[in-house]
Amino acid sequence: MAITKRRTAELAKQVFEYAPAPESTDHIKIEPHYDLFIGGRMVAAHSKKRFPTINPATEEKLSEVVEADEIDVDKAVKAAGKAFDSWSRLAPSRRARYLFRISRLLQERARELAVVETMDGGKPIKESRDVDIPLSAAHFFYYAGWADKLEWAFPNRKPRPLGVAGQVIPWNFPLLMLAWKIAPALAAGNTVVLKPAETTPLSAMLFADICQQAELPPGVVNIVTGAGKTGSMVISHPGVKKVAFTGSTEVGKLIQRSLAGSGKRLTLELGGKAANIVFEDAPLDAAIEGIVNGIYFNQGHVCCAGSRLLVQESIAEPLLEKLKLRLGTLRLGDPLDKNTDIGAINSKAQLEKIEGMVESGVEEGAELFQPECKLPERGFWFPPTLFTNVSQSYRIAREEIFGPVLSVLTFRTPAEAVEKANNTPYGLSAGVWTDKGSRILWMAERMRAGVVWANTFNRFDPSSPFGGYKESGFGREGGLHGLLPYVELN
Amino acid sequence: MAPAADVAKYAAGLEVGTLMDVRKTYKLFIGGEFVRSESGRAYRFDGSINVPRGSRKDLRDAIRAARTAFPGWAARTAMNRGQILYRAAEMLDGRRAQFVEVLGGGRTASREVESAVDALIWYAGWTDKLAQVAGNTNPVSGPYFNFTIPEPTGVVGIIAPEDPALAGLVRRVAPALCGGNTVVVLAPEAAPLPALTLAEVLATSDVPGGVVNVIGGYHRELLPWLAAHMDVNAIDTAGCTPEELTAIEKAAAENVKRVIKSPPGELSPQLITAFMEMKTVWHPIGV
Amino acid sequence: MWSVATALSLSHLGSLMRGVRSVDEVGADERAASLAKRSIKKSSKLWALDLAIRCMDLTTLEGSDTPGKIAALSAKGIRPKPGDGSIPSVAAICVYPARVAEAKEHLRNSGVRVASVATAFPSGQSFLSVKLSETREAVAAGADEVDMVIDRGAFLSGDYQKVYDEIVAVKDACGDAHLKVILETGELGTYDSVRRASILAMAAGADFIKTSTGKVQPAATLPVSLVMMEAIRDFVRETGRPVGFKPAGGIRTSKQAIAYLVVLYETLGPDWMTPERFRLGASTLLNDVLMQIEKERTGAYQSGDYFTID
Repeated sequence: MAITKRRTAELAKQVFEYAPAPESTDHIKIEPHYDLFIGGRMVAAHSKKRFPTINPATEEKLSEVVEADEIDVDKAVKAAGKAFDSWSRLAPSRRARYLFRISRLLQERARELAVVETMDGGKPIKESRDVDIPLSAAHFFYYAGWADKLEWAFPNRKPRPLGVAGQVIPWNFPLLMLAWKIAPALAAGNTVVLKPAETTPLSAMLFADICQQAELPPGVVNIVTGAGKTGSMVISHPGVKKVAFTGSTEVGKLIQRSLAGSGKRLTLELGGKAANIVFEDAPLDAAIEGIVNGIYFNQGHVCCAGSRLLVQESIAEPLLEKLKLRLGTLRLGDPLDKNTDIGAINSKAQLEKIEGMVESGVEEGAELFQPECKLPERGFWFPPTLFTNVSQSYRIAREEIFGPVLSVLTFRTPAEAVEKANNTPYGLSAGVWTDKGSRILWMAERMRAGVVWANTFNRFDPSSPFGGYKESGFGREGGLHGLLPYVELN
Repeated sequence: MAPAADVAKYAAGLEVGTLMDVRKTYKLFIGGEFVRSESGRAYRFDGSINVPRGSRKDLRDAIRAARTAFPGWAARTAMNRGQILYRAAEMLDGRRAQFVEVLGGGRTASREVESAVDALIWYAGWTDKLAQVAGNTNPVSGPYFNFTIPEPTGVVGIIAPEDPALAGLVRRVAPALCGGNTVVVLAPEAAPLPALTLAEVLATSDVPGGVVNVIGGYHRELLPWLAAHMDVNAIDTAGCTPEELTAIEKAAAENVKRVIKSPPGELSPQLITAFMEMKTVWHPIGV
Repeated sequence: MWSVATALSLSHLGSLMRGVRSVDEVGADERAASLAKRSIKKSSKLWALDLAIRCMDLTTLEGSDTPGKIAALSAKGIRPKPGDGSIPSVAAICVYPARVAEAKEHLRNSGVRVASVATAFPSGQSFLSVKLSETREAVAAGADEVDMVIDRGAFLSGDYQKVYDEIVAVKDACGDAHLKVILETGELGTYDSVRRASILAMAAGADFIKTSTGKVQPAATLPVSLVMMEAIRDFVRETGRPVGFKPAGGIRTSKQAIAYLVVLYETLGPDWMTPERFRLGASTLLNDVLMQIEKERTGAYQSGDYFTID
């Protein structure tokens, strides 16, 4: 025991803080460029425009994808329309088998998908490995089972597929959102044209390969890459009967408006500004983890993130002290490192948006806290951030930041907590932390939000419906309720 | 110009001439009260009847009343809402003759009243069963109890269909109320009387004030305001023309309103849930 | 959290104990599981394994313990790998009271301490006078540290005062010897109770709190350790007095040991990564750690044949 205590502590700090454990990438093959997945194979695009997709942690170019044009989208919708005739008439048990097969392939190629997801999007490998990819596979497995049981889902009705679904997904959970969109659509007998987000197209390209590996009939799934313009071509195409969109409330409104009078069915999963409410009797250490998981999971790029912490005034001080200590233990850095808690911000544009919002918070008079945190030189990064002294009227308490930024507000009574929590045009999720059972149910009943996590946060499951109240959108994804948007009931 | 003798007879309480009916003044129904349009306007319907021509301010008041009534109505027990809807059926049935007359008389009118009563009773019976059919516990992978329950979406605007004016209206209002929403009905311009008269039934059926509000008037004046109102959560478009529907859908996007487009005759639990939100609650299971 | 100072000045210990903040079991399990996924590599691992040895209470608590067994274990503790001077000694040898004198003799001048279990280990079901005299005799025989068990019967029946008074008395009987208080978490039933017992033991004067005797299943687990460490963290915040932590029982592999170190680091921080504040109670862990060190050094997976089995 020659080593002094102080020295041991310093050594410990070094050892446990700087221990890179990078996931290997040598089993990953990313093509220099990708075509479009139409009619069951990768086909050269009509559009000559391509754009790079980069690794936001390094700013290195990973690959190039096509910016699909009107003719490409038309081809994809027509392929889906053609496939619909046979896919919708295929024995449901056979549709189920294809979906089961896809689920299995996702499991078999899990690590490859996780690494690509992390490289393309910047999220920590521990999240893509433990959350995104397993949940994606589980989602296909869950809906596979529904394909030949639709009559039991809607008793006394005759569910029928709608036709071609045009689906536009965001960049925060690329493969998972793909699974949320494609699995129920296919299970119900629809075919799809999907447009992945422009900054994260690669896992969708791998999924195209998985469709081929599964020998899914040509045209059942079509994937066209591009930016917002391509997305709007997909949803406005007259051959599309059903539109599903996940993304910002702003774009969701544009879509709802643009589809007016079209007769197309629509579901929207939009933004949020969830309140995470901690009562004085809460199991505090669990609540701290829930708060951290609620806002710093996936760099806060989560529509249901617990971005407003409402803490009962009587415990605000010890809770904030604990929370600040805990923020100091978060590891920000190489997303491929298995120990990384906070990865890279998905894009430069998103980083600038976060920076702008944080600036506005400081200007409006909120108190900023960021733990000591060294940001890598290249790539897009933002440290875990906490604002105290926040008023309900500040922009950081009202607008979705979609980054690792938490606004802390206090309340005195349960009624005040309810009032503040619901005082927003959004209504996607809410969190409640208390030891008292009756209060949990009382609070859960009063939250105007589609998902209420009590004594937990940010849990997802294919059997659990997800979606918003108010301006957070309409329709549910997941569970029995997730089938409804993809069927017509006769 | 009554002769002095007649006036004297009348004053003495003696009958003059034949029976003479007391005409009803049709009014808007807002916040549980029958009121004239704040604009003081009316339009002539059916040659002789003045129908209040509601203004956007009347609409605003109705929506405000519906919003105020919402938490209380939503918090009623399902059983209680069922009993109130059933009471409405009783009241409607008791005024069968009146409604048959309002609907123009005859067997068709009688059948329509019957089907309106049927719809009320059918949905009255759904209030305390819906959550059992439309809700779930969800078997998530992990130590969590997870359940989904339907909850009312809030304030619902209902553009009542013209034909059948009574049954069509009841088939939209009943499911919305069944789920716990409060409602602002826009009576069909060309057939406003059943809606305005139905308000009288609801007013005597223990339906709390503001839970149902009925506005008459011109669609072209009122629809844009209803569709754009930021405190309306959903709109049922059963009584819309395709052009009106498009305009409503456009305006509805401003606050992501739910726009309901089911066929007017539909009776189904899905029509109840169309006016509802699914809420999913998670809680850990541990000691 | 209630303040310790208040607790000491009031006689209503029972109601105060029931006021101790609750622990969410699922949350604690998930947090521990996520920490267990932390992976540390190569050079870090070597340092961590070295620390694991330096923090180890090498233990034998068998009815069949003999002077010969104690001699062998002591030798192993002082020099875990004969011929390899770079491997440190363990922190202590942990034995029954009757074996303390022998252990003390073998460990003289080695820097390795003698720890003795006491207070009618493992059940604690005896008379206070017996527990106290056992403690005094163990210390007199040379024990540097005493590992006592709490009276779980009293704790579970709600007689917190009895548990508290007993710890105070044993602490007094220890004199200069360090007191580790074993909660026997496997018998407490819930994390809420573990947290309560942790706070009770610390308030009563424990230098260390320890999970288990090793005689009851489940013994130490990662989440239960997390809960105890969180209690320590809160106690330190309230009182300023640091308390050590010792998981014991069922820790057999290097991988497990490192997981405990990770939870320790993340919960209590680097200041706790020292034998003065952290111990690993183990009887069969040492060789696995030695094999792992050798594997890290040579790159080859090891065979038990090359490591002594004492």
